[in-house]
Amino acid sequence: MADEVWITGIGLISSLGEGADAHWQALTAADPRPVLAASAVPPYAIHPLCAVDLDRQIPRKGDQRQMEPWQRLGTYAAGLALDDAGVARNPDLLARTDMIVAAGGGERDVAVDAAVTKAMADAPDDATAGRVLNERLSNDLRPTLFLAQLSNLMAGNISIVHGVVGSSRTFMGEELAGAAAVDVAARRILAGQGVLALAGGAFSAARTDLILTYEIGSALSRAPWVPVWQRGGAGAGFIMGSLGAFLVLEAAGQARARGARGIARLTATATEDSGRAPGAAAAAAWRMWNGMEGLAPLNGSSGAPLGVLSGATGAAPALAEETRFLDALAAERPISVRGTGSLLGHGVEAQFAANIALAALAISRSANSGGAFYPPLDGGRFERSAAGAVRDILVTGFGVWRGEALALVSPIEENGA
Amino acid sequence: MSGRRPVVVVTGVGVVTPLGIGRADNWAALTAGRSGIRRITRFPTEGCRTTIAGAVEFLPESGAPSPVLTEALAMLAAEEAIAGAGIGRRGAFPGPLFLGTPPVELDWRQRLALAQAGGDTAGGYAAMIAAARGRTDLYEMALFGGIAHHLADRLGTRGAPIALTTACATGATAIQMGVEAIQRGETDAAIAIGADGSVNTESLIRFSLLSALSTRNDDPEAAPRPFEKNRDGFVMAEGAGALVLERLEAAQARGARILAVMSGCGERADNFHRTRSSPDGGAIIGAIRNALDDAGLRPEQIGYINAHGTGTPENDKMETLGVTAVFGAHAASVPISSNKSMIGHTLSAAGAIEAVFTIETILHQRLPPTINHDEPDPAIPLDVVPNVARDAPVAHAMSNSFGFGGQNTCLVFSAPG
Repeated sequence: MADEVWITGIGLISSLGEGADAHWQALTAADPRPVLAASAVPPYAIHPLCAVDLDRQIPRKGDQRQMEPWQRLGTYAAGLALDDAGVARNPDLLARTDMIVAAGGGERDVAVDAAVTKAMADAPDDATAGRVLNERLSNDLRPTLFLAQLSNLMAGNISIVHGVVGSSRTFMGEELAGAAAVDVAARRILAGQGVLALAGGAFSAARTDLILTYEIGSALSRAPWVPVWQRGGAGAGFIMGSLGAFLVLEAAGQARARGARGIARLTATATEDSGRAPGAAAAAAWRMWNGMEGLAPLNGSSGAPLGVLSGATGAAPALAEETRFLDALAAERPISVRGTGSLLGHGVEAQFAANIALAALAISRSANSGGAFYPPLDGGRFERSAAGAVRDILVTGFGVWRGEALALVSPIEENGA
Repeated sequence: MSGRRPVVVVTGVGVVTPLGIGRADNWAALTAGRSGIRRITRFPTEGCRTTIAGAVEFLPESGAPSPVLTEALAMLAAEEAIAGAGIGRRGAFPGPLFLGTPPVELDWRQRLALAQAGGDTAGGYAAMIAAARGRTDLYEMALFGGIAHHLADRLGTRGAPIALTTACATGATAIQMGVEAIQRGETDAAIAIGADGSVNTESLIRFSLLSALSTRNDDPEAAPRPFEKNRDGFVMAEGAGALVLERLEAAQARGARILAVMSGCGERADNFHRTRSSPDGGAIIGAIRNALDDAGLRPEQIGYINAHGTGTPENDKMETLGVTAVFGAHAASVPISSNKSMIGHTLSAAGAIEAVFTIETILHQRLPPTINHDEPDPAIPLDVVPNVARDAPVAHAMSNSFGFGGQNTCLVFSAPG
């Protein structure tokens, strides 16, 4: 059994840039601003992916061609994490790496979908429309596109490109899938079911098909950008953010044995599915917090603020539920909240891993910078300058439709072990 | 730690296939060598290379969009498994849900209806998106987490449900996730389901474009020919399998009948190719060996193998290679049969359905046949239980599942002590 789970690698790519340094710089800038672009369909804005040289993590053009952008983004981010952990290109470690990918739907060819829809609409009757559908799909779909679009093929491509072969599982189900991927990976390590795990996901904001997926849920913001806490009315909702986020999690003993650097400790994780009756999500988060708060060493005495990296999306009523939870938390202890979604946008399956990565990053930088934390990204009532050094960081995830999750990230205590 | 880990047992199973609803009907049909493969009537197949499938056409939801049918199939199997186990109360299952399903999305009729509602059938996604807001009904159906959340609500399972996909290994992975949660001590019980209701135009054509499907349309019942010389592909099918998993002591304490012991799970990801196994069979061999190691069994103790046996030229060749490599001299004498010869390939459900039938094989000490075995393939020197069921002593049995994307899982079940 492992006594601790360490984060030994982070792979992060978004509209803000690629890698830990770029994200630290962007999020600690004097006046951090979001990177925004118009989506293919107005009025929705997106946070577009930064410029990326795919060759650096997916060297073979043949592999690149076998993937659509969503799979490439995840495969790229996974490579960044494996590199960061010193696991990349080490067959012995890769053979022991258990992978859990949180995946959304494979992307669709919107031109084909539009053409086929029109052809069906033009058919004089249902029977003809059915024939037309068969004919058009048989001719218009590229055979390999099926695989380039298949949800579990992001994991498949990570195996092929990076050689991760310990095991491969793909979770589905929006934000909760992203949280469950990290949660299960950590629990497996704690129970001795594995020693090394790669967990995370990706979200490609440039996909027009995803606007439809989330607009039928009235989940997208249709107003100009404001920070997540300030969204309401027509502006309520999330702005899609391109995001690739993977974590390498490792049993502390194994990390020490191979001389790997621990970036931070993943002290606790929890997931719930409250069902979203009013107040239920806040209550679920409160239960989860009660299960882990004793693990935060600052509890009570030091008075140092608990950092909170919130996965707030801007979508109501999740925002109201999270606000309720944070109010309760703030009544108990000083907290210093940052809604990273204001700058990253919402990357659904990838968001929870991304915020854990940012928490680990802050903790590792903090040691060299006197307890620096991300400055407020918004002048709202939660996002105040930290009164004192932040030590432990709570990551929250309140799914747009369903699912709640928390993670507690802490500094690694080296006590001669 | 394997010496002291909790023993996991199966106390309830449920199944739906093209052969019928429930354990009794399915086992009778399966051991009678009956086929559930028919000409597709659900949608027009003119112009399709393959026009046959093992569709489930006897449910009220049979003509509904795939996610709706998938949910109905999952619910039927789960209710049978839970009733059989006699665990919990109706709507209050005392453990988490692990659900294997295919990725879901809007179907063509829904896209067309949205484009029409958007006032411009030539307008593609812009028109669909214009009519999208407020279509919560479509949203909850098309979300990846939708089916799992609905089932968790209806079954009253505990904690956040996990929906997952590992392509054709999905059902087996769901079972493995449940086993691991019990072994970690997180729960005394779990329900694992694999379900798939995706016989629809687009899925059929996509698999067809990969040249994966049998085109033996003139004689549907003779189309799936696993391990036979003239096999030409798999036949898509629908169904669901569900297992109630429990910690041995917990099952004994409540006086439950133990159907089988879940004695081992093994997995291995392949990094060779998106649809093909590594030519040396390395990943398949690894998964089989890992399962045997996990169960603490030698190959010669396995009395029966429930094959992945899809009936594609490639799969059956590679599975033979894997079994032969691991079982050595014993390979020719261990019976191995493919349920897919009768029910077709139920894709995301296959691992769970075939686990149920593997357990039935142990309970009845009777081997279901591989039908359509007219001409043996000289390259496959295995006892495939050709055409006719037969009695045999089976103390330990293995069920294989190998998926596109390189995800390979093997489960070992044993007769209760």
